[in-house]
Amino acid sequence: MKEDTTLDLGALGLDAGALLLVKRALRALPTGARLEVRGESPDLGHQLRAWARGQGHGYGEQDGRRWISPGGVGRWAGAERAGGVAPAGVVERPSARWGLAARGALVEAGSPALHFSLDEKSMVWSEDAGRLYAQAVAAQWDPETAIPWDAAIPHDEEVEDAVVQVMTYLIENETAALLVPARFLGQLHPHFREVMQLLAVTTADEARHIEVFTRRARLRRTLLGLSTHGGQASLKTLLEEPDFGLASFLLSVLGEGSFLSLLWFLQEHAPDPITRQICKLAAQDEARHVAFGLAHLSRHVSLDPGLRGRLALAVQHRHQSLAQTAGLNEEVFDALVVLAAGGFDPTQIAQGYERVLTLQADMDHGRKLRLERLGFHPEEAAALSALHTRNFM
Amino acid sequence: MTLLLGAVAYDPKVVTIWEGFCAFFAKHGLKADYVLYSNYERQVEALVAGQVHVAWNSPLAHLQTQRLAARRGWSTTAFCMRDTDQDLTSLVLVRRDDPARHLADLKGKVVAVGAPDSPQATLIPLSALAQAGLTPGEDVTVQVHDVLRGKHGDHVGGERDAVRALVRGDADAACVIDGNHLLFTREGALPAGAVRVLYQTPPYDHCVFSALSVGPAEQIHRLKELLLGMSYDDPEVRPLLDLEGLKRWREGRVSGLAQLDEAIERFGTIDGWLAEAGSRL
Ligand SMILES: [Fe+2]
Ligand SMILES: [Fe+2]
Repeated sequence: MKEDTTLDLGALGLDAGALLLVKRALRALPTGARLEVRGESPDLGHQLRAWARGQGHGYGEQDGRRWISPGGVGRWAGAERAGGVAPAGVVERPSARWGLAARGALVEAGSPALHFSLDEKSMVWSEDAGRLYAQAVAAQWDPETAIPWDAAIPHDEEVEDAVVQVMTYLIENETAALLVPARFLGQLHPHFREVMQLLAVTTADEARHIEVFTRRARLRRTLLGLSTHGGQASLKTLLEEPDFGLASFLLSVLGEGSFLSLLWFLQEHAPDPITRQICKLAAQDEARHVAFGLAHLSRHVSLDPGLRGRLALAVQHRHQSLAQTAGLNEEVFDALVVLAAGGFDPTQIAQGYERVLTLQADMDHGRKLRLERLGFHPEEAAALSALHTRNFM
Repeated sequence: MTLLLGAVAYDPKVVTIWEGFCAFFAKHGLKADYVLYSNYERQVEALVAGQVHVAWNSPLAHLQTQRLAARRGWSTTAFCMRDTDQDLTSLVLVRRDDPARHLADLKGKVVAVGAPDSPQATLIPLSALAQAGLTPGEDVTVQVHDVLRGKHGDHVGGERDAVRALVRGDADAACVIDGNHLLFTREGALPAGAVRVLYQTPPYDHCVFSALSVGPAEQIHRLKELLLGMSYDDPEVRPLLDLEGLKRWREGRVSGLAQLDEAIERFGTIDGWLAEAGSRL
């Protein structure tokens, strides 16, 4: 047997923190040695005996001296490191037993399994996620101070009606843009920390968009505009897409991509400075949402070339299921024309109409570019872009 | 044949524990199932009536089994127990500034105890008082803190209430198992340094697996082998051992039940029950 190690606790009682010192001394104890514990706390012996028993350690007393012999039962045998804390430490398929543990933590063996269905790096990961998250956090804006809510609204009542209709449409679409990532967030293995954080801040962005569009609509009106069957039918297909890659493609690359053009259009042509500023800020956020969709899908496509075919099929299926619906409602289309026209003089309307046609061409152009970035041939990209929902999202 | 194990449901976690243990036994080729009872008396009668083959018993329930089974001419064994059930002690606590130095100094005082059927918080400490010349109920007032009667003190609530009564000044002494002294301090029920230990009992043992001499010996032997083979290093088993509060199973022994045996003889604790249960045999 090795020589005993002595720990002197002085007057410190086990019920006042001395256990910490006992545990520390036991950790440092050479194998086979005993720990003699000295101290003046009157209840030391009683408490030490009970504690040692609960820990599986031996305990002995003789002539007023006390010893603990470590039991050698270890909670940390077989513990596993849950990847590495840095992005380079992300593994291909994190264990369900790593659960909620911080990436890089030492996880006790036998921890309960938490089953997250999005647990493959190839499906969700992008090296850009951490950078985009940091960018998003730095770019958060406060609706209260970032928007000139008190600015004058010079246009006439009918143009205001058009603004309110467009806001009503935007709120509905932003709600889908919030719920889709929120649903996948709950299925994502927390090991992919940066992606989880990015999806979380994305939903916060959408919550803010809903807030400012609502607030804008209420500046002059107590009643909102119309919500149509065609619009909701289009969004329903997004909400019901169970595959993260496909949903992300339809929502972020094609839908939010088209919305980028729409928000830029509104930033330029909206009749009042409040709406213009709202759309400018929302477009900045949307650009990040599109960037992440493109980033993780580019990586995924490069690892799984078959994905491209599935993406094309998803667009075709969605087109077929929406073929019998009206797509973008006439009221939204007309409202965009009025809004871009700024008045009802035929020359103004002609200009507004021209601008909305240009917007649709811009959207189509943007979609084709993004599809090509995912490796689609230009012709294929053009065909798929043409099949995209007429609802824009 | 499926080996039937009896256990008392003193807490919802009991289901998790026995589901887990039975799955472990099944994986190692022993078909076992469990039956839960709401109190130990019901379980002891069921064991002696052959409705279960083995019972996870409190020390009092083991002694009850011994006496009831003896009426049919059968002997009872304690074949396995937890490491944490060996060499326990009970403490008689008083407030720090109490002048008492010996148990006998509690004459005329109020002593808070746990449930009436708790070996550790009532029967053994009161027996120690009696041995020191103080008859409970005559020389000291016994203040009972009863949480879940029939559970033989398995529920920690009675002891916690006893300690609270001591701190409040509603009692002059409180009886608890040694481990709870530290537990209550950590929980905050007991301010650090508010009480001191007046008396510590000699070591005794607690729960055991009981079986009758007429039980299915081969399967009980296999059960014991499997229990003794459980390792805290095995991640499958460790959460169950944590829930049940042990690091390893040990060979059972009854030598540690002597103090309790003496206490129930002294107080006639189970005489009424034994007469009734015996008449139902
Ligand atoms: Fe948005
Ligand atoms: Fe978005």
